[in-house]
Amino acid sequence: MSHSGIRFDNVSKAYGNLRVVEGLDLDIAGGEFVSLLGPSGSGKTTLLMMLAGFEDVTSGRILVDGALVNDIPTYRRDMGVVFQNYALFPHLDIARNVAFPLEMRGMGRADIRQRVDRALEMVQLLHLRDRRPSQLSGGQQQRVALARALVFEPRVVLMDEPLGALDKQLREQMQLDIRAIHRRLGVTIVFVTHDQQEALTMSDRIAVFDKGRIQQIGTPREVYDRPANRFVAEFIGETNLLAGTVETAENGGTAVSLSDGTRIEGRSPAGLARGSAALASIRPERARLHAARPAEGNALPAQVTDILYQGSHIRVDLKGADGQLTVHLDRSAGEPAVGAPVWLGFAPDDCWIISP
Amino acid sequence: MTGRRNRRRAALLIAPLALFLGVFFFWPLATMLAQSVSDPAVGRVLPLTSAAIADWDGQGVPPPEIQRAFATDLHEATDDLAVGDMVRRLNSAQSGFRSLMNKTLPAVREDVDVDLASLDRKWSNPAYWQAIRGAVSPLTDRNLLATMDLERNAGGEINRMPAGSSANGAIILRTLVVSAIVTLCCLLIGLPYAMIAASVTGWRRAVLLGAVLLPLWTSLLVRTAAWFILLQDSGLINGMLTGLGIVDQPVQLIFNRLGVVIAMTHVLLPFMVLPIYSVLATIPANLMPAAASLGARPLRAFWRVLLPLALRGILSGVLLVFMTAIGYYITPALVGGANDQMISAVITQYATGSANWGMAAALGVVLLALTLVLYACYGWLSREDAVRLS
Repeated sequence: MSHSGIRFDNVSKAYGNLRVVEGLDLDIAGGEFVSLLGPSGSGKTTLLMMLAGFEDVTSGRILVDGALVNDIPTYRRDMGVVFQNYALFPHLDIARNVAFPLEMRGMGRADIRQRVDRALEMVQLLHLRDRRPSQLSGGQQQRVALARALVFEPRVVLMDEPLGALDKQLREQMQLDIRAIHRRLGVTIVFVTHDQQEALTMSDRIAVFDKGRIQQIGTPREVYDRPANRFVAEFIGETNLLAGTVETAENGGTAVSLSDGTRIEGRSPAGLARGSAALASIRPERARLHAARPAEGNALPAQVTDILYQGSHIRVDLKGADGQLTVHLDRSAGEPAVGAPVWLGFAPDDCWIISP
Repeated sequence: MTGRRNRRRAALLIAPLALFLGVFFFWPLATMLAQSVSDPAVGRVLPLTSAAIADWDGQGVPPPEIQRAFATDLHEATDDLAVGDMVRRLNSAQSGFRSLMNKTLPAVREDVDVDLASLDRKWSNPAYWQAIRGAVSPLTDRNLLATMDLERNAGGEINRMPAGSSANGAIILRTLVVSAIVTLCCLLIGLPYAMIAASVTGWRRAVLLGAVLLPLWTSLLVRTAAWFILLQDSGLINGMLTGLGIVDQPVQLIFNRLGVVIAMTHVLLPFMVLPIYSVLATIPANLMPAAASLGARPLRAFWRVLLPLALRGILSGVLLVFMTAIGYYITPALVGGANDQMISAVITQYATGSANWGMAAALGVVLLALTLVLYACYGWLSREDAVRLS
């Protein structure tokens, strides 16, 4: 395999008594694009810093291609790092910035020039090779940083919220560009972000972080449709959570009775015991509104409290028996009136039941 | 109309500052410059001689009409103070003038027609008349030349002064050497210090910067006096060195070059640390990690990234320390020996010791010129720097 796999084996990091990463295991395959997603302070950036060698590992092992890298200094780890604020060298022009890692490796002048030009061409900035970083826009600077992190063909590329300083449109364009570069080069990328949309768009797999631990690791579909717990369900996308008690649980088909006695059916991971407390998670865009109680699927009575036009969809806020509910409707679906009594319907496949 | 009134109002606003600058900055500067080239002592007392001697070719003894004019000038000179100045000036150009004038003055005052040559044989010696001719002009370059140990001979050509007669050149050179050593020491201590101060945060940074700033807030005299105590043979440092058995005899740390360099380095260190620190503080914190991730060993990262970016601060610090050092007076005067006195000490000696304002001003001009040249260098270098960085 040309690109390197990474293994975190029971890795912990503590600053004094503050434990930032706790006993973390994670395997990243060679050539994979893995996002570390979580709120700030969840330990995702610390993990990346340990992988890059900027931070010491308190305990545990980090292996790249099966070799322990804990005690290898950053400059010998052969990993490209892209920082949120670019970290370009202001006293060097663009070409010299990109040439820096090649010069550090003692490469010949002609080779350097060729590879720098190729890298700048890849990020479509060849025409700016003689400019200074300060003469470039934020997006252009980040492309240069990307070219600089890729030009020496590192084993792994680490990105620490690289798009955080860019505005929304530019960020979305860069997401697609980075994805295309990843596909073309097949390099292993570890990408730290707190933007769930970014993680969903770009990643092969997402590791969701909270409180120094990985809450769930899986494909974008898995973490969105089948969140492992309440944190993941709430952190990724919007969701309606309904508390209840497990009535039956067999072969993934699970029934929950809510506090007002309503029974809803859904799917759940194995291990939910009968009689235990549970949360039913229903994504707002998977639910529908009905004037009368629908014949099939789950149904909850509710009252419309507000209607908000969102462009791509219409958001309807409802008051249910157990509190606030939200539904996203297609614009083609009829709009209910504020204050009208409605039925909120959803299929058992769209109701994911987890332990609270 | 309103434009003119606004301009007048603006001029009024800056008037106090302009007045202050004029009175306390430009006027003293102009006085000093004028003083360094003015030489009125002789021409003032000998107006007739000045006019007559201009045509003399300097060969042999001047013709009688010049001698006559000289006698008339002396006869009519009533201001004893001015006459005293003239005698001192002439004596410094040609030794023996003082005793000559002591003899001549009373005689001429009694009888203006006295024969000078028969009064004293020295009046037959052309050297004395040449000295008068050389001193009658109200403008002179002798002070400025003397700062470089140069003088004009009788024929008006510029020559090196005889060895041992003047130490100004040596002292200027010494001033530059001591300042350069102090600047280098400040750089060697100040650069790592500023780097550490810029790399830590919170109370550590506050302590490090406080340690630099605190001496700056203390009187220079107090700091120098403290070194005076520390560096003595029975002082704290020698006490520790002998106590630890590192040396048997106290090391001579004071009244020599070493003491001057130690004390001046300490006193001037803030001027090195602060500019470098202020530049380092603006360098983004992740440039060095970025360089490391790109394969740069710490030393190469320092050389290729940190040093070029810190260059502006280093230049400012070097210039600030050097320019301050060449004008230093108190510290070398207190902790230095006789052979460590710098140009300022010589200026003081000329100004307050021998009342030779012309020499004091000329050395001041040299100091000013050195500073201006350095400043111009700095301006040029930092412009290059700015061009490269922009």
